[in-house]
Amino acid sequence: MRSIDLAKTPLRELNQGLHALKDGTNETEWEVLNPRGQHAIAAGVDAPVNVNIRGAVGYYCAGMNKQATVVVHGSSGPGTAENMMSGQVIVKGDASQYAGATGRGGMLVIEGNASSRCGISMKGIDIIVRGNIGHMSAFMAQTGNLVVLGDAGDALGDSIYEAKLYVRGSVKSLGADCIEKEMRPEHHEALSALLKKAGVDGVKTSEFKRYGSSRKLYNFNIDNADAY
Amino acid sequence: MCGIVGLFLKNKALEPKLGEMTATMLATMCERGPDSAGFAIYGDAKSGKAKITLQSPQPDKDFAGLAKAVGDKIGKAVSLEVKSTHAVLTCPAADVDAARAAVREITPTIRVMGRGDVIEIYKKVGYPTEVASRFDLKSMTGTHAIGHTRMATESAVTTLGAHPFSTGPDQCLVHNGSLSNHNNLRRELIRDGMIFETANDSEVAAAYLTWRMNQGLNLGQALERSLEDLDGFFTFVVGTKNGFGVVRDPIACKPAVLAETDDYVAFGSEYRALAGLPGIENARVWEPEPATVYFWER
Repeated sequence: MRSIDLAKTPLRELNQGLHALKDGTNETEWEVLNPRGQHAIAAGVDAPVNVNIRGAVGYYCAGMNKQATVVVHGSSGPGTAENMMSGQVIVKGDASQYAGATGRGGMLVIEGNASSRCGISMKGIDIIVRGNIGHMSAFMAQTGNLVVLGDAGDALGDSIYEAKLYVRGSVKSLGADCIEKEMRPEHHEALSALLKKAGVDGVKTSEFKRYGSSRKLYNFNIDNADAY
Repeated sequence: MCGIVGLFLKNKALEPKLGEMTATMLATMCERGPDSAGFAIYGDAKSGKAKITLQSPQPDKDFAGLAKAVGDKIGKAVSLEVKSTHAVLTCPAADVDAARAAVREITPTIRVMGRGDVIEIYKKVGYPTEVASRFDLKSMTGTHAIGHTRMATESAVTTLGAHPFSTGPDQCLVHNGSLSNHNNLRRELIRDGMIFETANDSEVAAAYLTWRMNQGLNLGQALERSLEDLDGFFTFVVGTKNGFGVVRDPIACKPAVLAETDDYVAFGSEYRALAGLPGIENARVWEPEPATVYFWER
Protein backbone atom coordinates (compact mmCIF):
# COMPACT_ATOMS: atom_id res chain seq x y z
CA MET A 1 0.00 0.00 0.00
CA ARG A 2 1.19 3.51 -0.84
CA SER A 3 0.73 5.86 2.10
CA ILE A 4 1.14 9.55 1.37
CA ASP A 5 1.35 12.02 4.26
CA LEU A 6 0.26 15.43 3.01
CA ALA A 7 1.94 17.03 6.02
CA LYS A 8 5.23 16.01 4.37
CA THR A 9 4.45 15.50 0.67
CA PRO A 10 3.14 18.25 -1.62
CA LEU A 11 -0.41 17.67 -2.87
CA ARG A 12 0.74 17.96 -6.47
CA GLU A 13 3.08 15.01 -5.98
CA LEU A 14 0.18 12.87 -4.71
CA ASN A 15 -2.08 13.80 -7.60
CA GLN A 16 0.67 13.31 -10.21
CA GLY A 17 1.34 9.86 -8.74
CA LEU A 18 -2.34 8.99 -9.01
CA HIS A 19 -2.62 10.37 -12.54
CA ALA A 20 0.35 8.26 -13.68
CA LEU A 21 -1.46 5.02 -12.79
CA LYS A 22 -2.52 2.84 -15.72
CA ASP A 23 -5.08 0.06 -16.03
CA GLY A 24 -3.60 -3.13 -14.60
CA THR A 25 -1.39 -1.27 -12.12
CA ASN A 26 -0.30 -3.22 -9.06
CA GLU A 27 -0.42 -0.11 -6.91
CA THR A 28 -4.11 -0.42 -6.21
CA GLU A 29 -4.21 0.61 -2.53
CA TRP A 30 -3.53 4.22 -1.56
CA GLU A 31 -3.86 6.01 1.72
CA VAL A 32 -3.71 9.78 2.21
CA LEU A 33 -2.88 11.18 5.66
CA ASN A 34 -3.31 14.73 7.01
CA PRO A 35 -5.47 16.14 4.22
CA ARG A 36 -6.38 19.13 6.46
CA GLY A 37 -8.98 20.50 4.07
CA GLN A 38 -6.69 20.83 1.04
CA HIS A 39 -8.32 21.26 -2.36
CA ALA A 40 -8.62 18.82 -5.30
CA ILE A 41 -7.25 15.81 -3.43
CA ALA A 42 -7.39 12.74 -5.70
CA ALA A 43 -9.07 14.71 -8.48
CA GLY A 44 -8.78 13.32 -11.99
CA VAL A 45 -7.88 9.73 -11.14
CA ASP A 46 -8.44 7.31 -14.04
CA ALA A 47 -7.49 3.83 -12.81
CA PRO A 48 -9.23 1.03 -10.85
CA VAL A 49 -7.60 1.80 -7.49
CA ASN A 50 -8.74 2.43 -3.93
CA VAL A 51 -7.86 5.72 -2.26
CA ASN A 52 -8.58 6.13 1.46
CA ILE A 53 -8.30 9.71 2.70
CA ARG A 54 -8.00 9.95 6.49
CA GLY A 55 -9.54 13.26 7.47
CA ALA A 56 -11.48 16.23 6.13
CA VAL A 57 -10.91 17.47 2.58
CA GLY A 58 -11.62 20.80 0.87
CA TYR A 59 -12.97 21.77 -2.55
CA TYR A 60 -13.29 19.36 -5.51
CA CYS A 61 -12.13 16.12 -3.88
CA ALA A 62 -12.28 13.23 -6.37
CA GLY A 63 -13.51 15.54 -9.11
CA MET A 64 -13.74 13.97 -12.58
CA ASN A 65 -13.14 10.57 -11.02
CA LYS A 66 -12.99 7.60 -13.40
CA GLN A 67 -12.88 3.97 -12.23
CA ALA A 68 -11.35 4.67 -8.81
CA THR A 69 -12.98 4.16 -5.41
CA VAL A 70 -12.23 7.17 -3.23
CA VAL A 71 -13.26 7.10 0.43
CA VAL A 72 -13.13 10.27 2.55
CA HIS A 73 -12.92 9.32 6.23
CA GLY A 74 -14.17 12.73 7.27
CA SER A 75 -16.19 15.56 5.74
CA SER A 76 -15.70 17.12 2.33
CA GLY A 77 -15.82 20.65 0.96
CA PRO A 78 -17.69 22.14 -2.01
CA GLY A 79 -17.81 20.28 -5.34
CA THR A 80 -17.11 16.78 -4.06
CA ALA A 81 -16.86 14.31 -6.98
CA GLU A 82 -17.82 17.09 -9.36
CA ASN A 83 -18.24 15.77 -12.90
CA MET A 84 -17.47 12.19 -11.85
CA MET A 85 -17.47 9.80 -14.81
CA SER A 86 -17.39 6.35 -13.16
CA GLY A 87 -16.19 4.55 -10.05
CA GLN A 88 -17.33 5.26 -6.52
CA VAL A 89 -16.79 8.10 -4.05
CA ILE A 90 -17.82 7.63 -0.42
CA VAL A 91 -17.88 10.46 2.12
CA LYS A 92 -18.12 9.17 5.69
CA GLY A 93 -19.03 12.60 7.08
CA ASP A 94 -20.95 15.53 5.59
CA ALA A 95 -20.47 17.05 2.14
CA SER A 96 -20.62 20.77 1.38
CA GLN A 97 -22.32 22.55 -1.53
CA TYR A 98 -22.88 21.03 -4.99
CA ALA A 99 -21.71 17.50 -4.27
CA GLY A 100 -21.82 15.37 -7.41
CA ALA A 101 -22.51 18.41 -9.62
CA THR A 102 -22.66 17.60 -13.36
CA GLY A 103 -21.64 13.98 -12.61
CA ARG A 104 -21.98 11.70 -15.62
CA GLY A 105 -21.58 8.25 -14.06
CA GLY A 106 -20.48 6.20 -11.09
CA MET A 107 -21.86 6.40 -7.57
CA LEU A 108 -21.42 9.04 -4.87
CA VAL A 109 -22.41 7.95 -1.35
CA ILE A 110 -22.62 10.59 1.37
CA GLU A 111 -23.09 8.99 4.76
CA GLY A 112 -23.83 12.26 6.56
CA ASN A 113 -25.70 15.29 5.21
CA ALA A 114 -25.15 17.10 1.94
CA SER A 115 -25.71 20.84 1.84
CA SER A 116 -27.20 22.99 -0.91
CA ARG A 117 -27.24 22.22 -4.64
CA CYS A 118 -26.45 18.50 -4.25
CA GLY A 119 -26.56 16.87 -7.70
CA ILE A 120 -27.01 20.15 -9.56
CA SER A 121 -27.06 19.47 -13.32
CA MET A 122 -26.32 15.76 -12.75
CA LYS A 123 -26.04 13.82 -16.01
CA GLY A 124 -26.07 10.15 -15.15
CA ILE A 125 -24.40 9.86 -11.75
CA ASP A 126 -26.16 8.03 -8.89
CA ILE A 127 -26.04 9.92 -5.59
CA ILE A 128 -27.08 8.34 -2.30
CA VAL A 129 -27.30 10.56 0.77
CA ARG A 130 -27.99 8.91 4.12
CA GLY A 131 -28.78 12.20 5.83
CA ASN A 132 -30.47 15.36 4.56
CA ILE A 133 -29.83 17.53 1.53
CA GLY A 134 -29.98 21.33 1.30
CA HIS A 135 -31.87 23.73 -0.92
CA MET A 136 -31.82 23.77 -4.73
CA SER A 137 -30.67 20.17 -4.95
CA ALA A 138 -30.97 18.42 -8.33
CA PHE A 139 -31.41 21.79 -10.05
CA MET A 140 -31.66 21.12 -13.83
CA ALA A 141 -30.79 17.48 -13.17
CA GLN A 142 -30.73 15.63 -16.47
CA THR A 143 -30.30 11.90 -15.88
CA GLY A 144 -29.23 9.60 -13.06
CA ASN A 145 -30.68 9.00 -9.61
CA LEU A 146 -30.62 11.01 -6.40
CA VAL A 147 -31.64 8.98 -3.34
CA VAL A 148 -32.09 10.74 -0.01
CA LEU A 149 -32.77 8.83 3.19
CA GLY A 150 -33.42 12.00 5.19
CA ASP A 151 -35.15 15.26 4.27
CA ALA A 152 -34.75 17.59 1.29
CA GLY A 153 -34.57 21.39 1.51
CA ASP A 154 -36.33 24.07 -0.55
CA ALA A 155 -36.84 23.96 -4.31
CA LEU A 156 -35.94 20.33 -4.88
CA GLY A 157 -35.53 19.48 -8.56
CA ASP A 158 -36.10 22.96 -9.92
CA SER A 159 -36.26 22.89 -13.77
CA ILE A 160 -35.47 19.18 -13.69
CA TYR A 161 -35.14 17.08 -16.84
CA GLU A 162 -35.18 13.27 -16.60
CA ALA A 163 -33.23 12.52 -13.41
CA LYS A 164 -35.12 10.44 -10.83
CA LEU A 165 -35.33 11.66 -7.26
CA TYR A 166 -36.24 9.39 -4.34
CA VAL A 167 -36.73 10.99 -0.93
CA ARG A 168 -37.58 9.07 2.25
CA GLY A 169 -38.19 12.06 4.52
CA SER A 170 -39.95 15.35 3.99
CA VAL A 171 -39.43 17.76 1.11
CA LYS A 172 -39.54 21.38 2.22
CA SER A 173 -40.66 22.53 -1.23
CA LEU A 174 -40.47 21.42 -4.84
CA GLY A 175 -38.89 23.61 -7.51
CA ALA A 176 -40.50 24.71 -10.78
CA ASP A 177 -41.78 21.81 -12.89
CA CYS A 178 -40.88 19.15 -10.30
CA ILE A 179 -43.73 16.94 -9.09
CA GLU A 180 -44.30 13.84 -7.02
CA LYS A 181 -44.69 10.75 -9.17
CA GLU A 182 -46.06 7.29 -8.66
CA MET A 183 -43.69 4.55 -7.41
CA ARG A 184 -44.31 1.77 -9.91
CA PRO A 185 -42.78 -1.72 -9.59
CA GLU A 186 -39.83 -0.81 -11.82
CA HIS A 187 -39.01 2.12 -9.53
CA HIS A 188 -39.05 -0.08 -6.44
CA GLU A 189 -36.76 -2.45 -8.27
CA ALA A 190 -34.35 0.27 -9.42
CA LEU A 191 -34.28 1.92 -5.98
CA SER A 192 -33.70 -1.42 -4.29
CA ALA A 193 -30.69 -2.04 -6.54
CA LEU A 194 -29.28 1.41 -5.80
CA LEU A 195 -29.65 0.97 -2.02
CA LYS A 196 -28.01 -2.44 -2.22
CA LYS A 197 -25.10 -1.11 -4.26
CA ALA A 198 -24.61 1.72 -1.75
CA GLY A 199 -24.62 -0.77 1.14
CA VAL A 200 -27.77 0.60 2.75
CA ASP A 201 -29.64 -2.01 4.81
CA GLY A 202 -32.84 -1.99 6.80
CA VAL A 203 -34.68 0.54 4.63
CA LYS A 204 -37.78 -0.35 2.60
CA THR A 205 -38.32 1.14 -0.83
CA SER A 206 -41.96 1.69 0.16
CA GLU A 207 -40.76 4.38 2.58
CA PHE A 208 -39.68 6.58 -0.35
CA LYS A 209 -41.53 8.98 -2.59
CA ARG A 210 -40.44 9.59 -6.15
CA TYR A 211 -40.13 13.03 -7.75
CA GLY A 212 -39.42 14.04 -11.31
CA SER A 213 -40.24 16.40 -14.14
CA SER A 214 -43.79 17.24 -15.14
CA ARG A 215 -42.21 18.18 -18.51
CA LYS A 216 -44.11 21.44 -18.79
CA LEU A 217 -40.95 23.51 -19.28
CA TYR A 218 -39.70 21.37 -22.15
CA ASN A 219 -41.52 23.28 -24.85
CA PHE A 220 -42.53 26.88 -25.16
CA ASN A 221 -46.18 27.36 -24.34
CA ILE A 222 -47.70 29.70 -26.91
CA ASP A 223 -50.21 30.96 -24.34
CA ASN A 224 -47.27 32.59 -22.54
CA ALA A 225 -46.16 34.58 -25.58
CA ASP A 226 -47.65 37.79 -24.17
CA ALA A 227 -45.34 37.56 -21.18
CA TYR A 228 -42.27 38.32 -23.31
CA MET B 1 -13.81 35.42 -3.11
CA CYS B 2 -12.48 36.65 0.27
CA GLY B 3 -11.61 34.61 3.32
CA ILE B 4 -12.97 34.94 6.82
CA VAL B 5 -11.76 33.53 10.11
CA GLY B 6 -13.21 34.03 13.56
CA LEU B 7 -12.46 32.69 17.00
CA PHE B 8 -14.56 33.13 20.13
CA LEU B 9 -12.90 31.63 23.18
CA LYS B 10 -14.90 29.96 25.94
CA ASN B 11 -11.90 28.72 27.88
CA LYS B 12 -9.97 31.53 29.62
CA ALA B 13 -6.79 29.47 29.53
CA LEU B 14 -6.61 30.00 25.74
CA GLU B 15 -6.84 33.80 25.94
CA PRO B 16 -3.03 34.34 25.93
CA LYS B 17 -2.94 32.37 22.67
CA LEU B 18 -5.77 34.18 20.85
CA GLY B 19 -3.47 36.13 18.53
CA GLU B 20 -1.32 33.13 17.71
CA MET B 21 -4.35 30.97 16.90
CA THR B 22 -5.94 33.74 14.80
CA ALA B 23 -2.69 34.31 12.88
CA THR B 24 -2.49 30.59 12.04
CA MET B 25 -6.09 30.63 10.81
CA LEU B 26 -5.64 33.82 8.79
CA ALA B 27 -2.53 32.45 7.06
CA THR B 28 -4.55 29.56 5.58
CA MET B 29 -6.88 32.01 3.84
CA CYS B 30 -4.25 33.99 1.85
CA GLU B 31 -5.27 32.59 -1.55
CA ARG B 32 -8.88 33.56 -0.93
CA GLY B 33 -7.95 37.20 -0.46
CA PRO B 34 -4.40 38.20 -1.36
CA ASP B 35 -4.90 41.95 -1.82
CA SER B 36 -5.44 43.11 1.75
CA ALA B 37 -6.17 41.82 5.20
CA GLY B 38 -7.38 42.97 8.57
CA PHE B 39 -8.42 41.78 11.96
CA ALA B 40 -10.23 42.88 15.10
CA ILE B 41 -8.97 41.74 18.48
CA TYR B 42 -11.10 41.94 21.59
CA GLY B 43 -8.54 42.34 24.38
CA ASP B 44 -8.73 43.01 28.08
CA ALA B 45 -10.91 45.78 29.43
CA LYS B 46 -9.14 48.34 31.60
CA SER B 47 -11.52 49.75 34.15
CA GLY B 48 -12.71 53.22 33.20
CA LYS B 49 -10.62 53.33 30.04
CA ALA B 50 -11.50 53.22 26.35
CA LYS B 51 -9.39 52.60 23.27
CA ILE B 52 -9.39 54.25 19.86
CA THR B 53 -7.48 52.53 17.06
CA LEU B 54 -5.94 55.09 14.70
CA GLN B 55 -4.30 54.68 11.31
CA SER B 56 -2.05 57.04 9.41
CA PRO B 57 -0.38 57.00 5.99
CA GLN B 58 2.53 58.92 7.61
CA PRO B 59 2.74 57.39 11.10
CA ASP B 60 6.16 58.83 12.07
CA LYS B 61 4.93 62.34 11.55
CA ASP B 62 1.32 62.01 12.71
CA PHE B 63 1.79 59.93 15.86
CA ALA B 64 4.74 61.92 17.26
CA GLY B 65 3.47 64.13 20.08
CA LEU B 66 -0.16 63.15 19.43
CA ALA B 67 -0.80 61.79 22.95
CA LYS B 68 0.29 65.05 24.54
CA ALA B 69 -1.65 67.19 22.08
CA VAL B 70 -4.87 65.19 22.60
CA GLY B 71 -4.32 65.12 26.37
CA ASP B 72 -3.91 68.90 26.47
CA LYS B 73 -6.98 69.40 24.32
CA ILE B 74 -9.33 67.27 26.44
CA GLY B 75 -7.64 68.03 29.74
CA LYS B 76 -7.07 64.36 30.66
CA ALA B 77 -4.09 62.05 30.44
CA VAL B 78 -4.04 59.76 27.39
CA SER B 79 -1.51 57.23 26.19
CA LEU B 80 -0.58 56.08 22.70
CA GLU B 81 0.89 52.75 21.64
CA VAL B 82 2.16 52.77 18.07
CA LYS B 83 2.11 49.60 15.97
CA SER B 84 3.45 50.24 12.47
CA THR B 85 0.86 52.34 10.63
CA HIS B 86 -1.64 52.02 13.48
CA ALA B 87 -1.73 53.31 17.03
CA VAL B 88 -4.00 52.59 19.96
CA LEU B 89 -4.95 55.64 21.98
CA THR B 90 -6.13 54.88 25.49
CA CYS B 91 -8.19 57.53 27.28
CA PRO B 92 -10.78 57.77 30.07
CA ALA B 93 -13.97 56.04 28.85
CA ALA B 94 -16.07 59.14 29.50
CA ASP B 95 -13.87 61.21 27.17
CA VAL B 96 -13.74 58.88 24.18
CA ASP B 97 -15.83 61.09 21.91
CA ALA B 98 -13.88 64.18 22.90
CA ALA B 99 -10.60 62.37 22.26
CA ARG B 100 -11.81 61.19 18.87
CA ALA B 101 -12.83 64.71 17.90
CA ALA B 102 -9.51 66.05 19.16
CA VAL B 103 -7.54 63.60 17.01
CA ARG B 104 -9.48 64.62 13.93
CA GLU B 105 -8.92 68.28 14.64
CA ILE B 106 -5.23 68.00 15.43
CA THR B 107 -4.27 65.60 12.64
CA PRO B 108 -6.87 65.32 9.84
CA THR B 109 -4.79 62.71 7.98
CA ILE B 110 -5.39 60.19 10.77
CA ARG B 111 -8.26 57.75 10.29
CA VAL B 112 -10.21 56.18 13.11
CA MET B 113 -10.41 52.40 12.58
CA GLY B 114 -12.56 51.67 15.59
CA ARG B 115 -13.23 52.48 19.20
CA GLY B 116 -14.54 50.83 22.32
CA ASP B 117 -13.62 49.40 25.68
CA VAL B 118 -11.75 46.39 24.33
CA ILE B 119 -11.64 46.36 20.51
CA GLU B 120 -8.50 47.03 18.47
CA ILE B 121 -8.65 46.96 14.66
CA TYR B 122 -5.74 46.60 12.26
CA LYS B 123 -5.98 46.49 8.49
CA LYS B 124 -3.75 47.09 5.56
CA VAL B 125 -3.21 46.50 1.86
CA GLY B 126 -0.81 43.59 1.31
CA TYR B 127 -0.48 39.83 1.57
CA PRO B 128 -2.32 38.61 4.69
CA THR B 129 0.66 36.94 6.37
CA GLU B 130 2.69 40.13 5.92
CA VAL B 131 -0.12 42.23 7.34
CA ALA B 132 -0.41 39.92 10.37
CA SER B 133 3.32 40.00 11.08
CA ARG B 134 3.52 43.79 10.54
CA PHE B 135 1.13 44.25 13.47
CA ASP B 136 2.51 41.29 15.43
CA LEU B 137 -0.89 39.61 15.62
CA LYS B 138 0.76 36.49 17.11
CA SER B 139 1.58 38.25 20.36
CA MET B 140 -1.93 39.67 20.92
CA THR B 141 -4.22 38.33 23.60
CA GLY B 142 -7.93 38.53 24.25
CA THR B 143 -11.33 36.86 24.27
CA HIS B 144 -12.31 36.83 20.60
CA ALA B 145 -10.99 37.85 17.21
CA ILE B 146 -12.26 38.20 13.64
CA GLY B 147 -10.01 38.30 10.58
CA HIS B 148 -10.52 38.84 6.88
CA THR B 149 -8.51 38.38 3.69
CA ARG B 150 -9.85 40.48 0.85
CA MET B 151 -10.25 39.97 -2.89
CA ALA B 152 -11.91 43.25 -3.80
CA THR B 153 -15.02 43.38 -5.97
CA GLU B 154 -17.19 46.35 -5.03
CA SER B 155 -14.68 49.08 -4.18
CA ALA B 156 -11.02 50.03 -4.37
CA VAL B 157 -8.09 48.13 -2.84
CA THR B 158 -7.21 50.54 -0.04
CA THR B 159 -6.66 50.30 3.67
CA LEU B 160 -10.05 51.85 4.29
CA GLY B 161 -11.68 49.33 1.94
CA ALA B 162 -10.19 46.42 3.89
CA HIS B 163 -12.22 44.64 6.56
CA PRO B 164 -13.24 44.58 9.41
CA PHE B 165 -15.55 47.58 9.38
CA SER B 166 -16.37 49.13 12.70
CA THR B 167 -19.30 51.52 12.88
CA GLY B 168 -20.10 51.43 16.59
CA PRO B 169 -18.28 51.00 19.90
CA ASP B 170 -16.69 47.54 20.16
CA GLN B 171 -18.56 46.42 17.04
CA CYS B 172 -17.07 45.00 13.89
CA LEU B 173 -18.17 43.15 10.77
CA VAL B 174 -16.42 41.22 8.02
CA HIS B 175 -18.14 40.21 4.80
CA ASN B 176 -17.67 37.73 2.00
CA GLY B 177 -19.97 38.55 -0.89
CA SER B 178 -21.50 41.64 -2.42
CA LEU B 179 -24.62 43.62 -1.59
CA SER B 180 -26.93 44.94 -4.28
CA ASN B 181 -29.01 47.44 -2.31
CA HIS B 182 -26.21 49.17 -0.42
CA ASN B 183 -26.55 52.56 -2.14
CA ASN B 184 -30.20 52.94 -1.19
CA LEU B 185 -29.63 51.67 2.30
CA ARG B 186 -26.65 53.99 2.79
CA ARG B 187 -28.82 56.99 1.87
CA GLU B 188 -31.47 55.91 4.37
CA LEU B 189 -28.93 55.36 7.13
CA ILE B 190 -27.25 58.73 6.45
CA ARG B 191 -30.65 60.36 6.80
CA ASP B 192 -30.85 58.68 10.20
CA GLY B 193 -27.51 60.10 11.28
CA MET B 194 -25.08 57.28 10.50
CA ILE B 195 -21.63 58.37 9.25
CA PHE B 196 -19.74 56.55 6.48
CA GLU B 197 -16.02 56.55 5.75
CA THR B 198 -16.04 54.69 2.40
CA ALA B 199 -18.13 53.74 -0.66
CA ASN B 200 -17.84 50.10 0.37
CA ASP B 201 -20.93 47.86 0.48
CA SER B 202 -19.74 45.96 3.55
CA GLU B 203 -19.51 49.17 5.56
CA VAL B 204 -23.24 49.63 4.91
CA ALA B 205 -23.93 46.21 6.43
CA ALA B 206 -21.85 47.12 9.49
CA ALA B 207 -23.61 50.47 9.86
CA TYR B 208 -26.98 48.79 9.42
CA LEU B 209 -26.31 46.46 12.36
CA THR B 210 -25.04 49.35 14.48
CA TRP B 211 -28.20 51.30 13.61
CA ARG B 212 -30.36 48.34 14.64
CA MET B 213 -28.46 47.82 17.89
CA ASN B 214 -28.78 51.55 18.62
CA GLN B 215 -32.52 50.95 18.46
CA GLY B 216 -32.15 48.50 21.34
CA LEU B 217 -31.89 45.17 19.52
CA ASN B 218 -29.24 42.69 20.58
CA LEU B 219 -26.78 41.29 18.06
CA GLY B 220 -28.91 38.23 17.29
CA GLN B 221 -32.04 40.32 16.71
CA ALA B 222 -30.14 42.80 14.53
CA LEU B 223 -28.82 39.93 12.40
CA GLU B 224 -32.37 38.56 12.02
CA ARG B 225 -33.52 41.93 10.69
CA SER B 226 -30.56 42.09 8.27
CA LEU B 227 -32.01 39.07 6.46
CA GLU B 228 -35.08 41.17 5.64
CA ASP B 229 -33.33 44.40 4.74
CA LEU B 230 -30.09 43.44 3.00
CA ASP B 231 -30.15 42.16 -0.56
CA GLY B 232 -27.25 40.33 -2.16
CA PHE B 233 -24.71 37.69 -1.37
CA PHE B 234 -23.26 37.59 2.08
CA THR B 235 -21.64 35.59 4.75
CA PHE B 236 -21.13 37.94 7.70
CA VAL B 237 -19.13 37.36 10.84
CA VAL B 238 -19.67 40.07 13.45
CA GLY B 239 -18.27 40.86 16.85
CA THR B 240 -19.47 42.91 19.79
CA LYS B 241 -17.86 43.50 23.17
CA ASN B 242 -19.09 40.14 24.43
CA GLY B 243 -20.72 38.54 21.39
CA PHE B 244 -19.89 36.73 18.18
CA GLY B 245 -22.37 36.16 15.35
CA VAL B 246 -22.61 34.51 11.94
CA VAL B 247 -25.27 34.81 9.24
CA ARG B 248 -25.52 33.78 5.57
CA ASP B 249 -27.98 34.99 2.94
CA PRO B 250 -30.80 32.63 1.86
CA ILE B 251 -28.92 31.47 -1.28
CA ALA B 252 -25.77 30.78 0.76
CA CYS B 253 -23.25 30.62 -2.11
CA LYS B 254 -20.48 32.08 0.01
CA PRO B 255 -18.80 29.30 1.93
CA ALA B 256 -18.82 28.93 5.70
CA VAL B 257 -17.85 26.31 8.26
CA LEU B 258 -18.38 26.52 12.01
CA ALA B 259 -16.72 24.43 14.71
CA GLU B 260 -17.52 24.31 18.40
CA THR B 261 -15.85 22.62 21.37
CA ASP B 262 -16.00 23.26 25.12
CA ASP B 263 -13.06 25.63 24.60
CA TYR B 264 -14.08 27.76 21.59
CA VAL B 265 -16.37 28.58 18.69
CA ALA B 266 -14.48 28.97 15.42
CA PHE B 267 -15.48 30.16 11.97
CA GLY B 268 -13.67 29.57 8.69
CA SER B 269 -14.55 30.20 5.05
CA GLU B 270 -13.36 26.65 4.62
CA TYR B 271 -12.10 23.79 6.73
CA ARG B 272 -8.43 24.64 6.12
CA ALA B 273 -8.85 27.59 8.48
CA LEU B 274 -9.94 25.25 11.28
CA ALA B 275 -7.54 22.36 10.65
CA GLY B 276 -4.85 23.66 13.02
CA LEU B 277 -7.09 24.32 16.03
CA PRO B 278 -6.61 22.23 19.18
CA GLY B 279 -9.09 19.38 19.49
CA ILE B 280 -10.63 20.01 16.04
CA GLU B 281 -10.76 16.23 15.45
CA ASN B 282 -13.44 15.94 18.11
CA ALA B 283 -15.16 19.29 17.56
CA ARG B 284 -18.72 19.60 16.30
CA VAL B 285 -18.13 20.88 12.76
CA TRP B 286 -21.01 22.02 10.58
CA GLU B 287 -21.99 24.28 7.73
CA PRO B 288 -24.22 27.12 8.92
CA GLU B 289 -27.69 26.94 7.36
CA PRO B 290 -28.81 29.63 4.93
CA ALA B 291 -30.81 32.56 6.39
CA THR B 292 -30.14 31.35 9.91
CA VAL B 293 -28.60 33.47 12.64
CA TYR B 294 -25.95 31.97 14.91
CA PHE B 295 -24.64 33.94 17.82
CA TRP B 296 -22.83 33.43 21.07
CA GLU B 297 -22.50 35.76 24.03
CA ARG B 298 -20.41 35.50 27.14
